[in-house]
Amino acid sequence: MYEFEFETPATVAEAVAALAEEEAQALGGGQTLIPTLKQRLAMPSKLVSLAGIAEMKGVSIADGVLTIGGGATHADVAAEACPPLAALAAGIGDPAVRNRGTIGGSLANNDPAADYPAAMLALKSTIVTDRREIAGDDFFQGLFETALDEGEIITGVRCDIPEAAHYQKFDQPASRFALVGVFVAKYADGVRVGVTGASEEGAFRWREAEAALSASFAPDALEGLSLDAGSMMGDLHGSKDYRAHLVAVMTKRAVAAIS
Amino acid sequence: MAKVSMTVNGKAASGDVEGRTLLSSFLREELGLTGTHVGCDTSQCGACVVHVDGKAVKACTMLALEAEGTEVATIEGQAGADGSLNTIQQAFQDHHGLQCGFCTPGMVMSAAALLKDNPQPSEQEVRAYLEGNLCRCTGYHNIVKAIMAASGQDVSGIAAE
Amino acid sequence: MPKDNPNSGGIGASPKRREDVRFLTGAGNYTDDINVHGQAHVHFLRADVAHATINSIDTSAAEAMPGVVKIFTGADFAEVGGIPCGWGVTDRHGDPQQEPRHPIIADGTIRHVGEIVAAVVANTLEQARDAAEAIDLDLGDKPAVVDMAAALAEGSTKVHEDLTSNLCYDWVFGNDDDTAVQAAFDSAAHVTTLELVNNRLVANPMEPRVAIGEYSRGTDEYTLHTTSQNPHVIRLLMCAFVLGLPEHKVRVVAPDVGGGFGSKIFHYAEEAFCTHAAKACGRAVKWTSTRSEAFISDAHGRDHVSKIELALDADNNFTALRTNTMANMGAYLSTFSTSVPSYLHGTLMAGNYKTPIVQVNVKTVFTNTVPVDAYRGAGRPEATYQLERVIDKAARELGADPIALRRQNFITQFPYETPVALTYDTGDYVATMDKLEQVADVAGFAARRAASEAKGKLRGFGVNCYIEACGIAPSNIVGMLGARAGLYDAATVRVNATGSISVFVGAHSHGQGHETSFPQVVAEMIGIDESMVDIVHGDTGRVPFGMGTYGSRSIAVCGSAMVRATEKIIAKAKKIAAHLMEASDADIELKDGQFTVAGTDKSVAWGDVTLTAYVPHNYPLEELEPGLEETAFYDPANFTYPAGAYACEVEVDPDTGKVSIERFSAADDFGNIINPMIVDGQVHGGLGQGIGQALLENAAYDADGQLLSASFMDYAMPRADDVPFYQVDHSCQTPCTHNPLGVKGCGEAGAIGSPPAVVNAVVDALQSAGQDVTHIDMPLSPARVWAAMNG
Repeated sequence: MYEFEFETPATVAEAVAALAEEEAQALGGGQTLIPTLKQRLAMPSKLVSLAGIAEMKGVSIADGVLTIGGGATHADVAAEACPPLAALAAGIGDPAVRNRGTIGGSLANNDPAADYPAAMLALKSTIVTDRREIAGDDFFQGLFETALDEGEIITGVRCDIPEAAHYQKFDQPASRFALVGVFVAKYADGVRVGVTGASEEGAFRWREAEAALSASFAPDALEGLSLDAGSMMGDLHGSKDYRAHLVAVMTKRAVAAIS
Repeated sequence: MAKVSMTVNGKAASGDVEGRTLLSSFLREELGLTGTHVGCDTSQCGACVVHVDGKAVKACTMLALEAEGTEVATIEGQAGADGSLNTIQQAFQDHHGLQCGFCTPGMVMSAAALLKDNPQPSEQEVRAYLEGNLCRCTGYHNIVKAIMAASGQDVSGIAAE
Repeated sequence: MPKDNPNSGGIGASPKRREDVRFLTGAGNYTDDINVHGQAHVHFLRADVAHATINSIDTSAAEAMPGVVKIFTGADFAEVGGIPCGWGVTDRHGDPQQEPRHPIIADGTIRHVGEIVAAVVANTLEQARDAAEAIDLDLGDKPAVVDMAAALAEGSTKVHEDLTSNLCYDWVFGNDDDTAVQAAFDSAAHVTTLELVNNRLVANPMEPRVAIGEYSRGTDEYTLHTTSQNPHVIRLLMCAFVLGLPEHKVRVVAPDVGGGFGSKIFHYAEEAFCTHAAKACGRAVKWTSTRSEAFISDAHGRDHVSKIELALDADNNFTALRTNTMANMGAYLSTFSTSVPSYLHGTLMAGNYKTPIVQVNVKTVFTNTVPVDAYRGAGRPEATYQLERVIDKAARELGADPIALRRQNFITQFPYETPVALTYDTGDYVATMDKLEQVADVAGFAARRAASEAKGKLRGFGVNCYIEACGIAPSNIVGMLGARAGLYDAATVRVNATGSISVFVGAHSHGQGHETSFPQVVAEMIGIDESMVDIVHGDTGRVPFGMGTYGSRSIAVCGSAMVRATEKIIAKAKKIAAHLMEASDADIELKDGQFTVAGTDKSVAWGDVTLTAYVPHNYPLEELEPGLEETAFYDPANFTYPAGAYACEVEVDPDTGKVSIERFSAADDFGNIINPMIVDGQVHGGLGQGIGQALLENAAYDADGQLLSASFMDYAMPRADDVPFYQVDHSCQTPCTHNPLGVKGCGEAGAIGSPPAVVNAVVDALQSAGQDVTHIDMPLSPARVWAAMNG
């Protein structure tokens, strides 16, 4: 690692001020950032830990809305969120990673194989930052790219709790990130399907599947639907065709698990 | 350099560290607690698992300064004051749950965290919980068996010696 | 010979491992736990391209960086020897293998990603890394040679310009009369052919490698602490071939070592560097590998591409076997690299079967990849995989039962001379197969398959046999075959005045539990409590000599040396006892630690005799030296031949291709067993690695020579939820006929015997669903299985 200063602000305001410094970077749980620093792939002048900010903690459910602090760990989400998202969080990394990694850190990183983006797209989410609110649909902007500005901190997220939902993940065998993960959420006004791990463009909503499932919420409704393999990722762990196929299989399984 | 203070295995510990000093480095190099091992640099092998404020974490993926003011437990603090092995350690010895011993501190610390949350885990629960702890020697058979035995379950029926 | 009471101690008992207490309490002493006062740290600048000419290296800016002690480049090692290869294979034309120089630091050409280009020694590791980034490298890119077939093609870029081609050797073994072999195939009733890949693996012991070099100006002595399976071998190779140092001035210590699996046999550049640099820098120099470095600097394993043909007569008897293999050597010849695809592979190609004609053809190939060498099993898994896969394919083609086809062709008479130069001294393959069928509950498979199918899964059953050759020997024969070392081992038994014993053994324990099992043998021979016996290993400053631990040789070879030394101790002790009791030494018996005179009630205790040896007041000084310490070197008369039969049951998810191992059963014949608990553990670990190879692990390179699976993020290590509880049985025991303990070795069996069973089971599962799939190359990842099922 390159040398850097370390700061632990107690409030969001202090953190924002600390991050105003050139090359300062926010540190959530560090489960991605610290390995990246070890490889000397990033050179922040200062790390601003968000772990001491009480206002970014906590998971709560009220009036059909799930609210999660940006500093909530995956373990917190697994313990306290609504069941489908709790199950998703319980499958991120491993227990020790879940005790450190945070939802805010994961979303800000927007790894194309991370689990949360699929859920955020499906759950009508709002990403709350220190300065604005961003609709989940507008937040994810490709591989490791988000709508966040320099120094902007995710202080929390809000999701509309669906009637029913399920996250179906197929592990990449080595990293156990999602080779493909599909989050299906059923709302009174329709079905939303968020997909991660698969596309070269990052997490996306599978609109054709949403339309089909909104018309008829059953695995059979997906028969004949397929994704363009050309836009899928292909690598050592799975070809483009395989990923396109897996999205369909995982979507069916998610629907079957709900219905 | 910044000063960091924490409680390690019940004793006050402090030292001067850089921002980039990892908790694992602080434990190993500053405090001489070399039982916490480092087996990878991508936060996957789990040889470095310790407890911070009662929760299992990977000490190689946490900065020492992030542990300011916390209670840290390492493998060195697990046995009794008289050197007697605790229940989990004893089960690992009784069931040959270790060979080269390198992954063992992390395995024992993860097992302790598991059994605190889930006192009677099933085989599948044990295997799932060890997702972040790699062992290259045992094929996991006797590790899983030892953890189930440490939870008080009868493991005599488990496949084969 | 299991004990009636397994807790009674001695041979056949399973006392708890004494080494466990330190490992369980964080009190182990691994090399990285050692820090030497005043040590500097080295960071190696490693090549990030696979093949390039080094036009220039400018270290001037780096040398001016804070904390830098000294920077080394290839030029600093120009006068130093290269890393030697320990085995010279003679090719089919009688020519020696092509053997390029293997420099400590790249000398003008980079030949693989990860090769050391420069070494920066600094006060701290981060300072060394900072300075390494300031080194200015001017490289001239060359095309990377990655694919073996392309490497052998006419006109290929050469990995080594000074060699004639990328071929290391072209070797034939067994029946080398091509016409006769072809005639056997021409007259066969059926020929089964299979082309397959034995996937490249990374050993990944959980402890990465570490080296700490020290030098004392006062005594001109060096000490190297290193993560090695064989410290004496490292000392010999480093002193005699690389650095040109007198061995008596160099001490090599391998303290607690966190697993090896072969990858810590070899002498590595970093060991020689730290030793050399300690003197050049005037202070200790420490290197700790990161896991990322390990992936591109530890020798890899396997990486064979083979075509195998099996001929059968009309009655399904095997009549001939022919193999053609390309084996990847990587960019340089690692210590044992050339022996692995030749004498550790070709010799095993007869397997457990009485095939009369066996011909093995191997071409070894240089590529711009990390050197490839022994990994758990080393050549034997590659042989077993080819043989047991082609037999399975033959059974399917012929509509024969895979188990019956194997049984029909088993060797049943011993000793048996194979067409590939080995003489199996003993074995009972029928018995292990009988045991396997029972342990694996073959009879219950149909019901289990029906249950799987009811939940939409395919279920398959696969079986295979294996034989391995352990404790490679004897030295005079392996010398004729090209080995450049003896393959004996040594033990010194030092009895202290009070009767306690230190045994200094040449084997090294890095997970095998020698500290527990070796004393069981000595204690039983003398009849004393095991707590009175300790072993000492891993330090050339304490252990007189030894060849280390690999090839499942420790108990068979070093254990035998220990028995011989203990026999000498007992013989001398009997003379002392005879003197004390005024009897003839021929009449002295030793039982339960008491010396008695046969037919009388006279006795003296072990402790009385040992005290007399060191306080020789009443002692036959004119006939016998005082003291009680004996050394034995043991050179085996033959290999040992563990063998067994394994079975795997898998479920395959037809929608995703994901394979899960539902049952794995092993029936092994290891001959006599010293500690059944430890033997079980060795088999479990081998199975874990074999299943890992079959389903998960793959060191994949791209066409530019970049390792795609260069961390645990992409190299899939077996985890606890990838494997089941294993059913392991070793009650079939045909003792080895030529070593004193009747032992065979058990360390590699699991890794050798399991991959074909897994693949056979997956093929069985797919065929059960009507899929026309006859083979899938390992690892059988979900993507590959799905692709096989979907054309």
